[in-house]
Amino acid sequence: MTVFTCILLGFLVVCAVAASLSKKLLNTILIFMSYSLVMSIIWILLESPDLAITEAAVGAGVTTVLFLVTLKKIDAIMKKDEGEKKDE
Amino acid sequence: MSRKVSEEEYQRTFSYKFSRWLEGDEIFPCDDTVDSKQEGIRKENVRRDEKLLRRRKEREKKNLVKRVYDLEHNTEIRIFRKIYRIFSVLFCVFLVAMLLTAVSALPDFGNAENPVNNEVAARYIEKGLQETGAVNIVTGMILDYRAFDTLGESHVLFIATCTVLILLRNDKRNEERSDRIHEPKNDVILQTVARILVPPVFIFGIYVILAGHLGPGGGFSGGAVIGAGLILYLNAFGFKKTEKFFTAKTYRRISFCALACYSIAKSYSFYTGANHIESVIPLGKPGAILSSGLILLLNICVGTVVAGTMYTFYVMFRKGDY
Repeated sequence: MTVFTCILLGFLVVCAVAASLSKKLLNTILIFMSYSLVMSIIWILLESPDLAITEAAVGAGVTTVLFLVTLKKIDAIMKKDEGEKKDE
Repeated sequence: MSRKVSEEEYQRTFSYKFSRWLEGDEIFPCDDTVDSKQEGIRKENVRRDEKLLRRRKEREKKNLVKRVYDLEHNTEIRIFRKIYRIFSVLFCVFLVAMLLTAVSALPDFGNAENPVNNEVAARYIEKGLQETGAVNIVTGMILDYRAFDTLGESHVLFIATCTVLILLRNDKRNEERSDRIHEPKNDVILQTVARILVPPVFIFGIYVILAGHLGPGGGFSGGAVIGAGLILYLNAFGFKKTEKFFTAKTYRRISFCALACYSIAKSYSFYTGANHIESVIPLGKPGAILSSGLILLLNICVGTVVAGTMYTFYVMFRKGDY
């Protein structure tokens, strides 16, 4: 069990560094989402399932979606899609 | 709203001109008449000024680029950049060292003699079930001992949504870029997945809310799950379907009712608790759904507010109207 926890914690550190170093905003958000997901597993291992449910729903779900929508609103992603939409 | 003064009369008044001037429609004139000659001269002047300004800006831009990026002859910036890098590294090292020392000075994780394990926690654990009737101690703490904090949290969420509504509502200039135009997208994969996933997500959210006092979960997490399900549904089937049961008006009414209900229920228990009056609401048998007094009701209130808030956030951050 400790090995599993250590792997997860190492993954957290890698995710945190990668999220701050990645050049593309979309990648940052996806890395952040995986960070939240692993964090929720760690909450379960720390025996606090209440927090795990909240972390999975808010951190991995809603926050990610909000970030993505904001990026779309400020036209930071979906540059390729615009051409396709014009064709329609 | 009826205006007592007619439109023409209002246009002649001082306040009308002042408001026009405030909005930047015209230059604030003290006289009623402006000569057409003066108007023409002014326009010409404006045009000349604009040309001059543009030229000056271009020249300044060129100079600026030269000054900033001509690093070979600009020792100041070179030195500044080096110092900046060195200092940023030093600052990071200092910050990391400080935080690590702080962490190492913390008491061991899970140690029985930690200052966290004081009489408050002991009281919660020993008498929590007896006093609140909630099997899940966390819910008992959040919604009974510390219900006032949770009330504040729900209001913070509500205020945050109000602010987002004020800031992002009615983006009418971008009407043609609104997301509604592309709807319904009829994405087969997304719709099939949504059809399969949305009902279980909703049911799980409702279960988490209703069983908040029996097992892990509670109002906030269940509400977030339901909100995420609503977002998925909206993405798959478009605004037209969600508008049938959820608009800004519904959200306002639901969250107002839930917050008012929460406040009233909690005021009641505060009143009885502060005056040592026996509460009329029975605590029930621990472990049953209808037990632990007001906690079930409070969980439902918090859950509805959170679900609505999550959905509203998403809708407001999209392009286009609510």
